[in-house]
Amino acid sequence: MCVAIPGRVTEIEGTTAKVDFNGNMVNVNVGLVEPEVGQYVLVHAGCAIEVMDKEQAQEIIDLFADLEALS
Amino acid sequence: MDIRDVIDYLKSYDGRELKLMEVCGTHTAAIFKNGIRDLISPKIKLISGPGCPVCVTPTAYIDRCVEYACTPGCELLTFGDMMKVPGSRGSLSENKAEAEEGGGRITIMYSPFEAIEKARANPDTTYVVAAVGFETTAPTYALMIQQAKALGIENIKLVTALKTAVPALEWICRNQEDIDGFICPGHVSVITGVHVYDELASEYGKPFVISGFEAEHILAAIYRIVKQIEAGMGRVENMYTNAVRENGNRKALDAIETAFCAGPAMWRGLGVIPESGLYLAGDYAGYDGGSRDLVEDMELPEGCRCGDVITGKINPDQCPMFAGGTCTPMKPFGPCMVSSEGSCGIWYRNKH
Repeated sequence: MCVAIPGRVTEIEGTTAKVDFNGNMVNVNVGLVEPEVGQYVLVHAGCAIEVMDKEQAQEIIDLFADLEALS
Repeated sequence: MDIRDVIDYLKSYDGRELKLMEVCGTHTAAIFKNGIRDLISPKIKLISGPGCPVCVTPTAYIDRCVEYACTPGCELLTFGDMMKVPGSRGSLSENKAEAEEGGGRITIMYSPFEAIEKARANPDTTYVVAAVGFETTAPTYALMIQQAKALGIENIKLVTALKTAVPALEWICRNQEDIDGFICPGHVSVITGVHVYDELASEYGKPFVISGFEAEHILAAIYRIVKQIEAGMGRVENMYTNAVRENGNRKALDAIETAFCAGPAMWRGLGVIPESGLYLAGDYAGYDGGSRDLVEDMELPEGCRCGDVITGKINPDQCPMFAGGTCTPMKPFGPCMVSSEGSCGIWYRNKH
């Protein structure tokens, strides 16, 4: 139910953005976030709920760096 | 440090037996998909808590949705997961033909915003949105209903079964003292932020670690929980920093606060938990389809142990209806078998 998928913003018009999910272009409501074209947003039920800072591969590398810092 | 170090550590863990609970159905699904249980020591038990909003929805809610769907001039919009949840008059799926014969309709939606387009195109039809979800989804409904009001649309109603995670986590902390730590829901936390778990962590002295949905995220969260326990700590940590901000999504929280207020809500298997529900309020109260009354839950069939599964007291295959083959995704009795993110459904699909 709480599945949310990252996609890349390609166009923004008002509170609607065109978001690219691996080549599938979907209109997404961006009323809850302030993304820029080219950024990744996390999309749930047709609505972007957050802007992602990094691409996933980089995120996972940083995750283990964080773990090391905490240990 | 990389993933192999984390797996080596978790695989060779030989301390006291630990029970960790995940309270998000998407985590439960990801744990199965990635075979996480096989990667860690059998001394670290992963328990699936009440983490799927569909699974904790009471019968009275389904009955109300069926009632609207069968009303002439009404169209019920719902996420697909809700279609097979049993009500006392049958599920939405079972009532689909009857709804259409009676002049109503049931449509599966992808996004609640579809209600706006439909309501504008067909002003004589009332669109009733089955608004189920946690904090992740609540802001989307809030935004949609604000938009509807701004556009002067009156032919939309929401039947809400919106719930918040923290009161349920608190219920578990109070009633199930044997849980040693919690994997906190990633996408709920995107909205709420990190600090909503602070009070629980300090009051109960247990680790609350926010996790994303990749195998690496989940393993990292389990690793941090075990490390905290070994160090005698119980604090909140965020292992999903790419999406979860310290203070959450302020716009989303504002949208929730504008459209909804908190009230008691019925959780199947847990009972009524005060302040754990969100109900349309203020300027938006007129869009509500009688959601506050929907607290009745039908008596479950003899042998059904939905409540024990949802609270993590037993694994799904320890329920006699699961083990005996009476309850299956084709003919589910409890919602945890129906939902693609319900514990029983996930166990069934992965064991068969």
